Amino acid sequence: MSREEVFEKLNEVFRDVFDDEEITVTDQTTADDIEEWDSLEHINLLAAVEQAFGMKFNMGQVVSMKNVGEMADIILSQLG
Amino acid sequence: MQELTYPFDGKMILKKSKKLKRALLERQTDFLEKRIAVLGGSTTHDIIRILELFLLEQGIRPVFYESEYAQYWQDAMFDNPRLTDFAPELIFIHTSNRNVTDYPAPADTKERVEELFSEQFSHFRVMWDKLADTYHCPVIQNNFEYPYYRLLGNQEAVYIQGRISFLNRLNEAFYQYAREHENFYIHDINYLSAAYGLESWSDPLYWHMYKYACCMQAIPAFAHNLSLIIKSIFGKNKKALALDLDNTLWGGIVGDDGPENLEIGQETPMGQVYAEFQAYLKAQKDIGVMLTVNSKNEEENALAGLRHPEGVLKPEDFILIKANWEPKSQNISEIAQELAILPDSMVFVDDNPAEREIVQLQIPGVAVPEIGTPEQYVKILDRSGFFEVTKLSEDDRKRNEMYLANAERKKQQAQFGDYREYLRSLEMKGTIKPFEALYMARIAQLSNKSNQFNLTTRRYTQNEIEAFAADERYITRYGKLADRFGDNGVVSVVIGRCGAAEDAAAYLQDGQTARKTDASADRSVLHIELWLMSCRVLKRDMEYAMMDSIVEACRARGIGTIMGYYYPTAKNAMVKDFYAVMGFEKTEKTDTGVTSWRFVIPADYAPKNTVIAVEKESV
Repeated sequence: MSREEVFEKLNEVFRDVFDDEEITVTDQTTADDIEEWDSLEHINLLAAVEQAFGMKFNMGQVVSMKNVGEMADIILSQLG
Repeated sequence: MQELTYPFDGKMILKKSKKLKRALLERQTDFLEKRIAVLGGSTTHDIIRILELFLLEQGIRPVFYESEYAQYWQDAMFDNPRLTDFAPELIFIHTSNRNVTDYPAPADTKERVEELFSEQFSHFRVMWDKLADTYHCPVIQNNFEYPYYRLLGNQEAVYIQGRISFLNRLNEAFYQYAREHENFYIHDINYLSAAYGLESWSDPLYWHMYKYACCMQAIPAFAHNLSLIIKSIFGKNKKALALDLDNTLWGGIVGDDGPENLEIGQETPMGQVYAEFQAYLKAQKDIGVMLTVNSKNEEENALAGLRHPEGVLKPEDFILIKANWEPKSQNISEIAQELAILPDSMVFVDDNPAEREIVQLQIPGVAVPEIGTPEQYVKILDRSGFFEVTKLSEDDRKRNEMYLANAERKKQQAQFGDYREYLRSLEMKGTIKPFEALYMARIAQLSNKSNQFNLTTRRYTQNEIEAFAADERYITRYGKLADRFGDNGVVSVVIGRCGAAEDAAAYLQDGQTARKTDASADRSVLHIELWLMSCRVLKRDMEYAMMDSIVEACRARGIGTIMGYYYPTAKNAMVKDFYAVMGFEKTEKTDTGVTSWRFVIPADYAPKNTVIAVEKESV
């Protein structure tokens, strides 16, 4: 899966979870950019991302992830 | 909606919860609103988010109180104006084995283990007692799931120092408390976590990362299971099963293959599967579920199939058998009508997806589970929880007998030319008295599930019912009816508040203001806040007997006027003119269709009931 494809799929997940068809995420997107993305929604988001890509984040990754770009990197490395 | 009926896709629900919620709110308007307090020992945010969906699906619109993180005990035990103001109608305590603060250690003595056990148990017991005292509403409490590791390995449940042994004992003490306290229910997460898979359920990442007691993915299963108890408490259980026959109750088609060639019984693996399913269905009768047949068949073939010597279900296990070539949706409507229940309290079970689809489209609200393949039937019906038991009452166990007795009465009725004569032949015996301790549960249950013969459709908890009984301003009556075919149990309930004539204006709204302010000391008029009757005793003159009893109670208190109110709903049109029939005169009608009715008790009031021998209050 290419990085572009990962982002395409991430967009779908973000749109479902935040129920907003306008969302487009980039490498730099963080929780500050999406109004409803708080610490509680974060859990739900990660679970939805895990499901969409058929992978799991470990605790270290969850703790260190800074933005959507890093999320995509982890996904790519897991799918590798 | 199908997305929220078992077996559901939990991950999809988690992801699309916002969209689902919107759709649910658009689909329906007449929700039952309930205030639910969630007191958590771990994070509860997503549990509430998903629980809301499953409750909306059941027609209940919850308003939530959520305790601060892990403050369940403090919230319950100490003065809590926020919770008091919220006035919960149900409290759910979300604790898990992570909330056991002190476990035995392998070196502990028996005495030490006992001490720990009693400490941990009383922590919960005092809280439950306090909640019951303060809030008088149903309480649902999680039991404990097993821990995800075992220091003592396979002996963890054997040694009293083992955590599994300790949790098993706590669970048993929880169950004992539930047996002894009527308004207290166990949410069995021990079973649920086992069914889900304990290893995934208790993924420690979710505890350490987010303080969730179970993994995120298990939350839909958790919320669904919890919603079953809540909807059952609030009277939203289903009442009857409408069952297809061919390839649903047995393998094969009785009309084509002949009864002797059906797969049912111990001879073949598939025959065993169907026999187990039949046994499961037969047992439903013991918890008050009514069984009916809805099959495309010649009736004689259907009966021949049901008389198969290896079959578990027999023709007499069914209250009604509709075996014909009419559309199954039409049969469902007729079954509902004949049983005097609403179509949306039925569950339709059919192996054929096309039949399921037609019924689903034609009859809104009827449950149509996707039951899968024969070996999955039991599991899917069972986990769907259509008939979730919260009160195993004598009445439920007898319900099938009562409906069969009703069928007998109908046969009798056909033999009598004169209806009065028929009623007299029933030798009816009624009991009409103020609310008594023995019947509080049944009275509350009736107030929550009667829709059709219900003038005001007010829903009450058992505690509220008890409060009315104890309140001098109120006149309460319950009515039981028996006849020579059987005992119908408690079938009618009336609650009236003695107040001033002016209170009528408030009752034309909803009566809340009249009750809250209750300013006047004037108690000269009885305002009827609730009058309901079970449809199984329609046209038996029970309503007249209730009226007589109310008039008598009014006279004893010097009350000369009775005011009745009718609040229209989607389901209670049958009693629109009930008060006119009782001899009341209409006084007002609002824009929303609420009507008020007055009855001035004449000096020469003659009892309206002449066919039921009534045993009264011994005053």
